[in-house]
Amino acid sequence: MSIILDHVNYIYDEDTAMAHAALIDVCLNIPDGQFVGLIGHTGSGKSTLIQHMNGLEKPTSGCVFYDGKDINDSDYDKKSLRAKVGLVFQYPEHQLFETDCFKDVCFGPKNLGLPQKEVELRAYEALKQVGFDDEYFYQSPFDLSGGQKRRVAIAGVLAMKPEVLILDEPTAGLDPKGREDILNLISKLHEEMGITIILVSHSMDDVANYVQRIIVMNKGRVAFDDEPKEVFKHYKELEEIGLAAPQVTYVMQELHEAGFPVDTDVTTLEDAKNEILKAFGKC
Amino acid sequence: MLRDITLGQYYRTESVIHSLDPRVKLVATFAFIVSLFVANNFIGYVIAALFLAMVIYLSKVPPKFIFRGMKTIFFLLLLTMVFNLFLTPGTPIVSVWKFTITQEGLKMAAMMAVRLVFLITGSSLMTLTTTPNHLTDGLERLLRPLRLFKVPVHEISMMMSIALRFIPILMEETDKIMKAQMARGADFESGSLIKRAKSLVPLLVPLFISAFRRANDLAMAMEARCYKGGDGRTKMKPLIYEKRDRLAYLVIILYLVLIVVMGRILF
Ligand SMILES: Nc1ncnc2c1ncn2[C@@H]1O[C@H](COP(=O)(O)OP(=O)(O)O)[C@@H](O)[C@H]1O
Ligand SMILES: [Mg+2]
Repeated sequence: MSIILDHVNYIYDEDTAMAHAALIDVCLNIPDGQFVGLIGHTGSGKSTLIQHMNGLEKPTSGCVFYDGKDINDSDYDKKSLRAKVGLVFQYPEHQLFETDCFKDVCFGPKNLGLPQKEVELRAYEALKQVGFDDEYFYQSPFDLSGGQKRRVAIAGVLAMKPEVLILDEPTAGLDPKGREDILNLISKLHEEMGITIILVSHSMDDVANYVQRIIVMNKGRVAFDDEPKEVFKHYKELEEIGLAAPQVTYVMQELHEAGFPVDTDVTTLEDAKNEILKAFGKC
Repeated sequence: MLRDITLGQYYRTESVIHSLDPRVKLVATFAFIVSLFVANNFIGYVIAALFLAMVIYLSKVPPKFIFRGMKTIFFLLLLTMVFNLFLTPGTPIVSVWKFTITQEGLKMAAMMAVRLVFLITGSSLMTLTTTPNHLTDGLERLLRPLRLFKVPVHEISMMMSIALRFIPILMEETDKIMKAQMARGADFESGSLIKRAKSLVPLLVPLFISAFRRANDLAMAMEARCYKGGDGRTKMKPLIYEKRDRLAYLVIILYLVLIVVMGRILF
């Protein structure tokens, strides 16, 4: 059930003076069950890229395969693809429209043509999965806090039981607590349900602790595509394209240069702490 | 699909037409529309077509981009043609059941179609080559004499410029919400008329909420910058006519004279 992008190019407003290449020769293979971080500066083409993965945008040239089939073939069932590849847009709370949260989450499964019972069961499960309190189920989504609204919106996609879940900057505009909650939630979804997750962000610190693989986008091209610790080794190049490695990387690099025997590959705060303690314990 | 609506959209490039004073372009568009109704013979329309072609060429806007907007008025065009074709009395050509196509009807339908196409092309050309701000600046200046009659010219033009400014923003927003709902399995394109109308709810509710939010933010931002209407307000870039503008006026007058004279000569 992997997603494969084969030499994908995409040009916005083709044939006009505003023509603008948003994706240039993108080749990716995202296998089943992977937790991927998609990182890039604003305007680097992240949102455009993920919209190719569920067929909302069609490549100007190149192919996108899901489960071994070209999704842009004329006889490919896009609707069922969109149920399998769930996409949560940036600021997903802006798409809420129903009178209560529960009904809004029902929208997705209902569109799949499932029986009413199944629809409601899925909506209930999805709201539970995102840790949403029962007491708010029948409240208007517009009365909730930003973080709660976002949970409802994510549940709206989860209720379709996707095999791949793509989230476009799910932490944008949230306070630090809200960010951590959402990130932990996503990580939990990955562990418990084993689905593929693609987490889009412009902050390395957001994803470093969670993902197995990082894809870095720069001006429509894939700049790096590797394990987090390998990508962070290029922290100087990352800075050139307007990104930064996690703060931990900088601390470890400087300690290393100052002559302390620390492992510069660690990416999480916890590992870094242990490394530093070990190094100082030895001194 | 939404990007096909070119009316009210600006096409950024550098050309003579783009750099003309907005007042000239407003007057020219008005004159052009009037000329379409003055012209009542074949030669007149040929002149109008040539004039339009010249302006399109000078504007450097790709014709493809201009005519893409035509798709959206296709139905209006068809409707006008059908009505004119069947409802104009005169010499019958063919008649099927209760409907009769007359010679006059045929002529009328063709004329209305040409007029409509030219009218839309002409006015989209104006908005394609003039930024909304420029356009309303020009309108405000042109309408200034109306202030004597207590018409709130500044407020009207401010409202217009805000409305125009928000067209592309709301279109982008529509595109985004549509995609977000499609990602949740929404289908905007198939089904019966009632089903399709219903499918608009998930699009329209978020769109209205977002429009109100934006309007609120804008009002707040304007107040924070002490906006209090037109009295005593000055311009950073006042409109001043240059040589090319006077030349353009001359061309417009020549064009109008030509159209009127052609009408007289032939009839
Ligand atoms: N609807 C659109 N029309 C035209 N250009 C667009 C559109 N959406 C995005 N772009 C352009 O494509 C590029 C990539 O945008 P996007 O994929 O949104 O980047 P990111 O999500 O990484 O910020 C940007 O330069 C942006 O201006
Ligand atoms: Mg984006």
